[in-house]
Amino acid sequence: MTYLPKPKLHHPALPKNALGLTHRDYEGAISTLCAGCGHDSISAAIIQACFELDIEPHRIAKLSGIGCSSKTPTYFLGTAHGFNSVHGRMPSVLTGANLANRDLIYLGVSGDGDSASIGLGQFAHCIRRGVDMVYIVENNGVYGLTKGQFSATADKGSKSKKGVVNPDSPIDLVALALLLGATYVGRSFSGDKAQLVPLIKGALRHKGAAFLDVISPCVTFNNHKGSTKSFDFVREHNDAVNRLDIILPQKPITAEYEPGEVIEVPQHDGTILRLLKLEADYDPTDRVAAMDYLFEHRARGEIVTGLLYVEPHSTDLHDELGTVATPLNRLGEAELCPGAAALAKVNAAHR
Amino acid sequence: MSEIGELDVAGRGTDAPVAGMPPTDIADPAYFHKVVDCQWACPAHTPVPEYIRLIAAGRYADAYMVNWWSNVFPGILGRTCDRPCEPACRRARVEREPVAICRLKRVAADYKDDIRDRLPRPATAKNGFRVALVGAGPASLTVARDLLPLGYHCVLFDQDVRAGGMIRTQIPRFRLPEEVIDEEVGYILGLEPELRLGRRVESLKALLDEGFDAVFVGTGAPKGRDLEVPGRREAAAHVHIGMEWLAAVSFGHVKSIAERVVVLGGGNTAMDCCRTARRLGGKEVTVAVRSAFAEMKASPWEIEDALSEDIPILDHLVPLEFLHEGGKLTGVRFRKVRTERDAQGRRSLVPTGEPDLVIRCDVVLVAIGQEAAFPWIERDIGVAFDRHGLPVVDPVTFRSTHPKVFFGGDAAFGPKNIITAVAHGHEAAISIDLVLRGLDPLRRPPPEVRLTSQKMGLHEWAYDNEVSLEARRRVPHLPRSRALASLSAEVELGFNPEQAWHEAERCLNCDVQTVFTRELCIECDACVDICPMDCITFTVNGPEAELRGRLKAPARNLDQPLYVSAPLATGRVMVKDEDVCLHCGLCAERCPTGAWDMQKFLLETARAGCR
Repeated sequence: MTYLPKPKLHHPALPKNALGLTHRDYEGAISTLCAGCGHDSISAAIIQACFELDIEPHRIAKLSGIGCSSKTPTYFLGTAHGFNSVHGRMPSVLTGANLANRDLIYLGVSGDGDSASIGLGQFAHCIRRGVDMVYIVENNGVYGLTKGQFSATADKGSKSKKGVVNPDSPIDLVALALLLGATYVGRSFSGDKAQLVPLIKGALRHKGAAFLDVISPCVTFNNHKGSTKSFDFVREHNDAVNRLDIILPQKPITAEYEPGEVIEVPQHDGTILRLLKLEADYDPTDRVAAMDYLFEHRARGEIVTGLLYVEPHSTDLHDELGTVATPLNRLGEAELCPGAAALAKVNAAHR
Repeated sequence: MSEIGELDVAGRGTDAPVAGMPPTDIADPAYFHKVVDCQWACPAHTPVPEYIRLIAAGRYADAYMVNWWSNVFPGILGRTCDRPCEPACRRARVEREPVAICRLKRVAADYKDDIRDRLPRPATAKNGFRVALVGAGPASLTVARDLLPLGYHCVLFDQDVRAGGMIRTQIPRFRLPEEVIDEEVGYILGLEPELRLGRRVESLKALLDEGFDAVFVGTGAPKGRDLEVPGRREAAAHVHIGMEWLAAVSFGHVKSIAERVVVLGGGNTAMDCCRTARRLGGKEVTVAVRSAFAEMKASPWEIEDALSEDIPILDHLVPLEFLHEGGKLTGVRFRKVRTERDAQGRRSLVPTGEPDLVIRCDVVLVAIGQEAAFPWIERDIGVAFDRHGLPVVDPVTFRSTHPKVFFGGDAAFGPKNIITAVAHGHEAAISIDLVLRGLDPLRRPPPEVRLTSQKMGLHEWAYDNEVSLEARRRVPHLPRSRALASLSAEVELGFNPEQAWHEAERCLNCDVQTVFTRELCIECDACVDICPMDCITFTVNGPEAELRGRLKAPARNLDQPLYVSAPLATGRVMVKDEDVCLHCGLCAERCPTGAWDMQKFLLETARAGCR
């Protein structure tokens, strides 16, 4: 069985971004996932976000672990850097890469198995260290590559394709990320690009650990009645708290809103995250309130989506460590190994 | 609703009315027909992608027969057609140049086996009706082809001794070999019409008095327009009407021409005249046209061929006078003009004020237009004519104001081309058949339409859905020295099978339609993400003009329709802009529920005898 490569021809009126590229230039190889997989929509959203932000593809490093989701970096940004790591170990590889070269934009792509089961510890520590990255979990609630067993994010009481009821409590990665100190936390749905693309754009412009939990229906094993991660269930129970609009520095603000309708959160690089409130009382800059809201609504069976938390003046691992501004991989041997005298000085400081 | 574990797709969608475009009615044959741009543009509506696929498969005889049923003269048209299909070809909108449809048609004719077994046989039982066909050109021959197998007794009349009409007399042999004409005209003569060739019909009244049940007039536009300027009469021996001259060459009455020739006119007849003159001894052959070069009526490829035979084409020259000396032509004097347009875009030619140009020459060929002429039709027998001298003809039935008299081809609405004449012939044959069966000719039989899924497996289709990125291929030509040395050496050599395969692969299979079943759609966006042309959008409905502007890629080509579904479960609709769809089938390959399917739409126009 072969898949055709996507024809090179494109729409004659396709818009170009500031780099003169079309969104087609941000594509990767043809996907080998099942037809209709939510993950492919997330890849398309990443493509759209990078296109709209005029990001040069080679400025991005895509890192992933193992699983359906972790295959997807092959299917977008074909000219970006990529590293397909060991199962659950993407966060460590990403942290190392980020320490060595702080100039790239780090995009970690993982799944519910990769991050909530085998890699849960890695996930937790990467988030709590505040590594500057976008960490996307493509969350379908099942192990698709091994034919649809419940994953750790499957809701208690949800049914498998064969009708088995899941007895275990789910791991809510959004709640964990909030608890562990992520400075940009969002949840979205692969079937809603209008919401997802701005959330990815905001995450790409955010400094620090940005985490996105994207519910992505598995059309083969988890899109039936009784599933809580099917297209229908998510659409029926989606409670979006806000709509995000990214205002880049020096770009005019076009849409006008009534006072109180909008929250604006400035980012370190001058970007403004403009949030149209869909839930009047929701304040995305209040971590504790966000967690309360999340738990309350989960108890009601609702799936809270949108930009759930963002810290306006965030920092990252490099700030905490006080590393030099120049990426380590560009320093010479003299700077990296300053010699025995320098070592003696450092040691002396600890005596 | 479905059982647990199954994809829940039953009974989706909502019928709540939403303001905006109504759902597209794909049950109307015209909708998908229009998506097949080439077939829609073809006057005879030949199913082009269908025969191109057969050519790609090496099934030349099958490809030929698809053509033969539709356009009657595949070998002739594969060399001479005006190709209205090619400017319409989607390939030009998504890549650069259209598929070389016309030359692929010729490939089918060139490489087919003997197809005589597949042709209809002469009718064994006659139905008793007698139909006169006046003029044995493409229109009349088509009527004969359609009516003879049904049992009609058809009588072909022509002033020439051989059937073929303008195909034989006006198109030079270096573009269309005689054998091709003989073969394809022969297929029709094989149906055994009665032939009355070699003498003109002098009176329609006499013909009707002979008791014909119907008369079809397919006499073409045989009268070349003359140019009445000073010197015309004095130099008459050296000024020829292009059409008459071409016919005389064709019959072998004219075998040579003087060295310096001026051809007046910018149509295909002018191109045939100048290229023929080059072959009969013309060394300095010049074409002079009144209008701008870009506005010449001749087909671009005919112009290109003329230019490549060292024939300069000078534009913006209005002939004023034939210069002569003692009955001998010495040249033509032209006024230099330029094109100006008024606010309405109407064109006028304005003198530039430069001195007149004189082109010295020995002979002038006048090819500035042609018209129909009916001196043989009495004006008092019920056939009405308009003020242009053309008969009043119903554009649907091709019936004149006389119930028994029908017109078609150039005789009906003025000069067009062969494929239009064929299309007229089909329609007139239907009308004659309906009328003689006592039926209303305005109630046209519908086309035969089939819509067949092409799905063979998960990612397998019954058509080759991979999109070729190859550029259009040029047809090989005979080296110029050899081409100019002979009047009958065919200049275009035609594609060989390998070239034809590459060219056929460029066809996008526009007849394999993207068919959407909204009840199956789960709105997963897979088709939107995979579509290489950004044709598909799921959005809230709206008025067409507004909707066109906010699709994933704007739908600015208003000639191309939007395919709109009824509302889906989320209340949105699926909108597909048909304009630049590659028909690659990736939407259907990526659809998890089969809401998209690729279905071959085969439309065959009705033929005489359809019920």
